[in-house]
Amino acid sequence: MPIAKFNILESTCVPLPAENIDTDQIIPARFLKATSREGFGENLFRDWRFDKRGNPYPDFILNNPDYSGHILIGGKNFGSGSSREHAAWAIYDYGFKVVISSFFADIFKNNALNTGLLPVQVTKSFLKTLLITIGKNPGTIVKIDLPNQEISLTASGIKENFEISSYKKDCLINGYDDIDYLINMKDKIIDYEKNRLFWKNELSLL
Amino acid sequence: METKTLFDKIWDAHVVSSVENGPDVLYIDRHLIHEVTSPQAFAGLRERDLPVFRPGKIIATADHNIPTENQHLPIRDKLSKQQVDKLIENCREHNIILYGLNHPFNGIIHVIGPELGITQPGRTIVCGDSHTSTHGAFGCIAFGIGTSEVEMVMASQCVLQPKPKKMRISIEGLLKNGVSSKDVILYIISKISAGGATGYFIEYAGSAIRNMSMEGRMTICNMSIEMGARGGMIAPDKTTFEYLKGRKFAPKGEDLNKSLNRWKTLYSDENARFDKELYFKAEDIEPMITYGTNPGMGMKITDQIPNIEDIEENNRESFKKSMEYMNFSPGSSLINHPIDYVFVGSCTNGRIEDLRVFTSFVKGKQKSKNVTAWIVPGSKQVEKQAKAEGLDAILHKAGFELRQPGCSACLAMNEDKVPEGKYSVSTSNRNFEGRQGPGARTLLAGPLVAAASAVTGKITDPSSFGSDTPSGLKPLGG
Ligand code: SF4
Repeated sequence: MPIAKFNILESTCVPLPAENIDTDQIIPARFLKATSREGFGENLFRDWRFDKRGNPYPDFILNNPDYSGHILIGGKNFGSGSSREHAAWAIYDYGFKVVISSFFADIFKNNALNTGLLPVQVTKSFLKTLLITIGKNPGTIVKIDLPNQEISLTASGIKENFEISSYKKDCLINGYDDIDYLINMKDKIIDYEKNRLFWKNELSLL
Repeated sequence: METKTLFDKIWDAHVVSSVENGPDVLYIDRHLIHEVTSPQAFAGLRERDLPVFRPGKIIATADHNIPTENQHLPIRDKLSKQQVDKLIENCREHNIILYGLNHPFNGIIHVIGPELGITQPGRTIVCGDSHTSTHGAFGCIAFGIGTSEVEMVMASQCVLQPKPKKMRISIEGLLKNGVSSKDVILYIISKISAGGATGYFIEYAGSAIRNMSMEGRMTICNMSIEMGARGGMIAPDKTTFEYLKGRKFAPKGEDLNKSLNRWKTLYSDENARFDKELYFKAEDIEPMITYGTNPGMGMKITDQIPNIEDIEENNRESFKKSMEYMNFSPGSSLINHPIDYVFVGSCTNGRIEDLRVFTSFVKGKQKSKNVTAWIVPGSKQVEKQAKAEGLDAILHKAGFELRQPGCSACLAMNEDKVPEGKYSVSTSNRNFEGRQGPGARTLLAGPLVAAASAVTGKITDPSSFGSDTPSGLKPLGG
């Protein structure tokens, strides 16, 4: 799927600072039975958001009307666990465009980027400042400037740079995805196949 | 001469090209797919009007959604059935080999890859499933990918990946009697935490690993992802070659000789550089169990849960939350804590050796009345073997039933769900909140701890039954 373009985003945030938020919490396995990508947002953090009867837990942050916006803030080791891209889809489908954490699980980071959801890794101290500021004022605006790889608090001007590979940055800014890139490489891939020592064992299973 | 790690040797041989300041284009030798993470990838190809580039390098199975009883009947859950049917349709349309429900080769994708000889040293293997790390036990680079990447591989037989850092974990010495490979990996994860290997690809080495069977090595590599690693691998050796010989897709005759010659070059050169090295002593490891809600929260089964003061300050919140979820008190022992369920199975411990260990322990004993047990073979072939060895009859006599293969209660996408608030000693790999069903409380352990606990109905150290703890390496016989 081609992804949406991303450039600069200014938004309020939803803080969920728990550590080790795993993909089973983000989207429980029982909601993985769909055969399309749509609608996963409905069940984002399902078991933290709703009780068994489907009544919202008033204490859970997504049910708190004070907090909204396109930026989700998580704790350390965000997105650990399974490789289900459904986790990134659910976050994106819910309306988030950015996830901030001090540390992301590898597969989640790849999946997020492939979905068009930008993972922004910040230092522990920046994360702390961010959480304190937002705790005091849920209306705090955070600016994510992808071309300059910069995250800042609009009011106070506190900012930090974040890392992203220049390739992935280009993809997001232009809305390209990896498949576009690979398809254009077909000839090189076929050359590679020819040049490698493929004896019978390495050929097709069919 | 340049020295290379095992990982470098395989990775470098598969780089088609490199994106400037970006990832490598990595060629994939084998692509494994299942019903949960593939439908959107097929749909994506269809939208772009692209064919599957190399259908002959893909193997498909249905494993996550399938029932573990009455597999001959239509799947009852409508959505599960839809997903499994979609896989059949997609494989048919794109000419992909599918070992679907009721096929004699059906089973959990990470169990059937090795047992069919698809998993071979030196290969790159991917699957839309994080436990693809299992295959690394054969000295290949195997890792889990997301659905967009599944689509990528279908479209081009390549995936764009940044090269991870390399870590070596060496375990030297002899394991104590009754300590299994599951205990080894739970021990390592408890030492380096659930995120401790993020960004790394692990090579496991040392005499304790060398002495393990392929089944044991797979259990170790399987859980690499549970410490955040991209994957885990073990250099292939005689044990690996012996295991592969004669398997359906393994090389034969002259091909085998050629393959063996190449496979024997697959090891980390002396002085090869790792970004991180860790060492453990085999004799320090004892039977393990987890007490919390991530696989890093594990301890020796005879230990006490840590006190809140022992926990690093910024982890305290999640520790407390986890204690509440499990309804355990910090500082307490878990020995003799009542349990309700026992689950033996999954791509971690659902192979024949695991069933042998479990069965030889419960042989002549009786399942505790308050325990519901699910004994689930990892594949049709494991099920067949277990029956051929008479394990089903021994289990039956002891009050257990052998079910039909699938992922089952490992992630509870089928009917096998642990009810809310119930405790399950499980040989699977994840104890996340709700993993085995909403509100379910999972304690991860090896098959021997599961067996001892199933018999007593309480969390039990198998060594409290005396020193005759079985090794499980040999078939039991009737
Ligand atoms: S057994 Fe569990 S961990 Fe393994 S593939 Fe199935 S669901 Fe995933």
